[in-house]
Amino acid sequence: MGFVTAVGHAFLEFVAAIGRISLFAASALSHCLRPPIHVRQLARQIVEIGYFSLPVVGMTALFTGMVLALQSYTGFARFNAEGAVATVVVLSVTRELGPVLAGLMVAGRIGASMAAEIGTMRVTEQVDALTTLSTNPIKYLVVPRLIAGVAMLPVLVLIADVIGVFGGFVVGVYLLDFNPASYLRATWEFLEPIDVISGLIKAAVFGLLVALMGCYQGYQSRGGAQGVGRATTNAVVSASILILLSNYVMTDLFFS
Amino acid sequence: MNPDAAPPKLALSGVTKGFDGKQVLRGLDLSVGRGESVVVIGGSGTGKSVMLKCILGLLQPDGGSIRVDGRETTRLSGSDRTVLLRQFGMLFQGAALFDSLPVWENVTFALIQRGVLTRKQARAAAPEKLAAVGLRPEVAELMPVELSGGMQKRVALARAIAAEPEIIFFDEPTTGLDPIMGDVINELIVSCVKKLGATALSITHDMASARKIADRIAMIHEGRIIWSGPADTVGDSGNPFVDQFVNGRAEGPIRMPVTKRFG
Ligand SMILES: Nc1ncnc2c1ncn2[C@@H]1O[C@H](COP(=O)(O)OP(=O)(O)OP(=O)(O)O)[C@@H](O)[C@H]1O
Ligand SMILES: [Mg+2]
Repeated sequence: MGFVTAVGHAFLEFVAAIGRISLFAASALSHCLRPPIHVRQLARQIVEIGYFSLPVVGMTALFTGMVLALQSYTGFARFNAEGAVATVVVLSVTRELGPVLAGLMVAGRIGASMAAEIGTMRVTEQVDALTTLSTNPIKYLVVPRLIAGVAMLPVLVLIADVIGVFGGFVVGVYLLDFNPASYLRATWEFLEPIDVISGLIKAAVFGLLVALMGCYQGYQSRGGAQGVGRATTNAVVSASILILLSNYVMTDLFFS
Repeated sequence: MNPDAAPPKLALSGVTKGFDGKQVLRGLDLSVGRGESVVVIGGSGTGKSVMLKCILGLLQPDGGSIRVDGRETTRLSGSDRTVLLRQFGMLFQGAALFDSLPVWENVTFALIQRGVLTRKQARAAAPEKLAAVGLRPEVAELMPVELSGGMQKRVALARAIAAEPEIIFFDEPTTGLDPIMGDVINELIVSCVKKLGATALSITHDMASARKIADRIAMIHEGRIIWSGPADTVGDSGNPFVDQFVNGRAEGPIRMPVTKRFG
């Protein structure tokens, strides 16, 4: 009986959390559409998300492209399909690994810092102070982060696509002795616009999810340093899970 | 009451607020006249800060009415609330400076946000605002973390009054300051209220400060105002709660839940 109560309680808590997040998202998104937009804050977030995430996302893409080439070569050699390496690399990177890995890395980097920054502002009453200084905290803190997240993740993923393919190319040409020209031709040959575009759309959704969870968890945090710590963890975990879940749903929508 | 008289600047009646079943405000009544300076005294944790946050709408009261210039404000939200808050200034108990912005931008934040000053003008105007609270112009370029606690408090004070609000709340303006600076701040609050013709509602534990800045003193206990009267009568109020608080005695009707372990 106790077990059933506990499960029921957890379930209700889960539904309530979804409700709270939806309300928060609706209010934040409606503020995105109404002026004023705090341009300086937006610029700061664009630099923070777009520029400072480049090294992390670039490294991730590079090694992913390299390992994909290596794995598919050794794997496909079993049925003499080594020629498909270039195609496998480019399709995997653009359709799946580019957006998902970039999303997860950004969730760890940006989602955590958003939750920590807004959470600290919340527990030190800086969020309340904004309100008393005629500034809507959602507009000032949340809107710039959401817009920057949605706008910058596709840019990051586009760069990651190029770097990932380049990683595969390097391994293919220098380690596996592919002819550079024919490797590049194979890369282009079966690539369709939808492969890249679907990846970029996924990236925009992931950017929204990361920023939303970072802001929401920070905004809700209570109770000092411990509360902010919990908010940070929750932001990263919930954003990561939502990324993987929405990735499946979107893949299903795009390709089946 | 004379029906033709203007309503008080601020009128709270029967305000209640609780957190997770713990009742903090239990029907609080308080009114502050235009241009009046009221100081609320009371023990730690009796809900003084919660009262200010309810008036500002940072916390939603569970019940009761809060009127500003006779207008009910408890249900206001969104842009109506923003407009209302333009006439308020608030000094937070913990200063609550924006730690990502330099001091000058903190002080002039409301003026920049409301479009009264450009950022360039604001930067030029900041030293004057800081001088008013006894800070030197160099402070303007520092970040809040580089300031001592007392300096942060003074910057927060400068920020609260920068936009010359009509109603100013001071939540423990002198705690954490040395006695001399404490008195400077007291004088500043008095002159600010006089000069701006502002209405002030302050909270303090410091009786010297209370006597200096208050026209009227009110005592809060267990979520209600239990006494209120002119500042100079607080010493002989005849109310045992007020007497105990003013004289700072552990013995009296107010019981602190402290276990005696010695003796
Ligand atoms: N956001 C909140 N959530 C839960 N409880 C709260 C919250 N804010 C205040 N409280 C509780 O309300 C009570 C009154 O708090 P408040 O901050 O108003 O005290 P205070 O009178 O200002 O005390 P002090 O003089 O120490 O500042 C406290 O018991 C506190 O635990
Ligand atoms: Mg307080």
